[in-house]
Amino acid sequence: MLFDLRLPVGVLFTILGLLLTGFGLVTPAEMYQKSLGINVNLVWGLVILAFGGGMLLFALRARRRGKRHSG
Amino acid sequence: MTPLAKVNLTLGAVDWTILVLYFSFVVGIGVVLKRRMKSSADFFLSGRAIPAWVAGLAFLSANMGAQEVMGMAASGAKYGMMTAHFYWVGAVPAMVFVGVFMMPFYYGSKARSVPEYLKLRFDEKTRTFNAFSFAIMTVFSSGISMYAMAKLLNLLLGWNFDLALWASAAVVLAYIFLGGLTSAIYNEALQFFLIVFGFAPLVFLGLRDCGGWSGLVERLDLVAAGSHNLQGQAYASGAWVSTWTHLGSAGANPMGVEWFGMAMGLGFVLSFGYWCTDFLVVQRAMVAENETAARKVPLIAAVPKMLFPFLVILPGMIAIALTYKAGQSGFALPVKGNAYDYDMTIPLMLQHYFPTGLLGLGLTALMASFMSGMAGNVTAFNTVWTYDIYQSHIARDKSDGHYLWMGRMATVFGILLSILAAYVAVNFNNIMDMLQLIFAFVNAPLFSTFLLGMFWKRATGHGAFVGLLLGTVAAAGHHGLSVPVGAESLFKGGWLGSVAHVYPSEMAQNFWTAIWSWTTCFVVTIGVSLLTHRTKSDEDLRGLVYSLTERHDEGHLPWYGRPIYLGAIILTMAVAVNVVFA
Repeated sequence: MLFDLRLPVGVLFTILGLLLTGFGLVTPAEMYQKSLGINVNLVWGLVILAFGGGMLLFALRARRRGKRHSG
Repeated sequence: MTPLAKVNLTLGAVDWTILVLYFSFVVGIGVVLKRRMKSSADFFLSGRAIPAWVAGLAFLSANMGAQEVMGMAASGAKYGMMTAHFYWVGAVPAMVFVGVFMMPFYYGSKARSVPEYLKLRFDEKTRTFNAFSFAIMTVFSSGISMYAMAKLLNLLLGWNFDLALWASAAVVLAYIFLGGLTSAIYNEALQFFLIVFGFAPLVFLGLRDCGGWSGLVERLDLVAAGSHNLQGQAYASGAWVSTWTHLGSAGANPMGVEWFGMAMGLGFVLSFGYWCTDFLVVQRAMVAENETAARKVPLIAAVPKMLFPFLVILPGMIAIALTYKAGQSGFALPVKGNAYDYDMTIPLMLQHYFPTGLLGLGLTALMASFMSGMAGNVTAFNTVWTYDIYQSHIARDKSDGHYLWMGRMATVFGILLSILAAYVAVNFNNIMDMLQLIFAFVNAPLFSTFLLGMFWKRATGHGAFVGLLLGTVAAAGHHGLSVPVGAESLFKGGWLGSVAHVYPSEMAQNFWTAIWSWTTCFVVTIGVSLLTHRTKSDEDLRGLVYSLTERHDEGHLPWYGRPIYLGAIILTMAVAVNVVFA
């Protein structure tokens, strides 16, 4: 395998998740009138963060296991 | 193309950060992969080392050009749930077929491209015919993608059209030039996740605005009953939320298609023709790490494909529903001329529902869908150009390094030609319409050729070539002798002077053009093959034809790792969604 795609996907989505969650935390509720009163940045940011974190976790675990096998 | 409604998105700093982040990852992947591009096989075939799940997601994304996300939402608004036939009757069964039955020959033959398979199985002229028509088609498809993206950026963000065009071309060029097919595939998989995460909240918010599924169904019944819907005609209740119930006759559903044209034209000829023979998608499976993985690629792709209607068609249905009876937030599609502005459904919804932050993500997803379509065409083009045209007709026996260099050059001039095509689209609308029509004619019969080639050893090169030519002629002839209701230009049909049949819709006409073309090619290929001598012995055809290829023993794999079982499970699921949403 060339390199584990889960790594860049995990990193990108973790950053995106942190960004959106953080932004959702500091923005006022009025901004979310257009999204039907739901703070979508916060909620969806957490979902993306969970996905990115999961990808990263699996990638790192696979990497450690790969190292143990070759080493 | 017709002018679109003005939508203005105002981006905040967060939105810009997300966009920039995405672009740096896309190019970054190319940079990291550059070191690994040592031979032409690395560049064009990813060293045949791509894991099945990555190739599977790329298989999906590569096909998601401009037409998928924007077009499917527009169709969802125009025709409702019936649009899902493109997935549940069209794509999914075809993907199972290519994975279970065809991939062993594509992969096992060690052909490096679909045209090269035709060369191995039939002869040089059949390959060359396919290689040229395919190469021209990919350049124009990526040109159209680029044009649409630049146009959209111009409309949404007020960017300069030329700048947007050249900038998007430069990004695609950068990551393919550096990392070849691997880079395109990795980015396509990345783009897949972005598309899903970017559009899913749109569906959620839209459905909530309707008051849930029941609110959507109730509103769509108003659409069906309304006499001022697109077709200016009332339909039975449920016409917008069912897939099969109203297919009894063409007049009973907004698509204007009856069940046979749907199942045979779209389900069989067009979908199998596209998913089983189009090198753009097949290439993604041909580079998997082994034959079993290659067979699993389309099967893995089929699962999310089955769920895609909920992501891309549902927003359109929601948009038209809310236009008829407003939800709490008052979303409605604007009117353009005497119909709604369906094509802008997705950008309009993004603007309406997404606050800054999520808006950046949605816009990134939209760009990702354009880019993956563009890159898919470019990688298919550089491979077919280098192997099937350059290596076989212009410069045989050169060193491998030479072909690697040629692949990079082909990427550059492929993209330059696409830019040219994009400008052609700006200035001569009709030329693009005409070209798309011609491609449809060339593609329609192809699946016959492959079906006979793979499953009937008696099919000969002459048979295949004459069959393809006459199949194309039959497609053109059928189109020239028929028109859809209300056709106002010769590009819609009837250009042969007399009209033999009037179809209730353009879609019905397309399906029947495909059926005529496929049948002609099938019959002619068999006829000519029986009249000509075989030029390839059984030995030559080993690994290329079903009856002459020994089955790969997959007995050691657990049941869930065997393509045949996976295929059966996916087909059962496809039947289930058809029944649930009948």
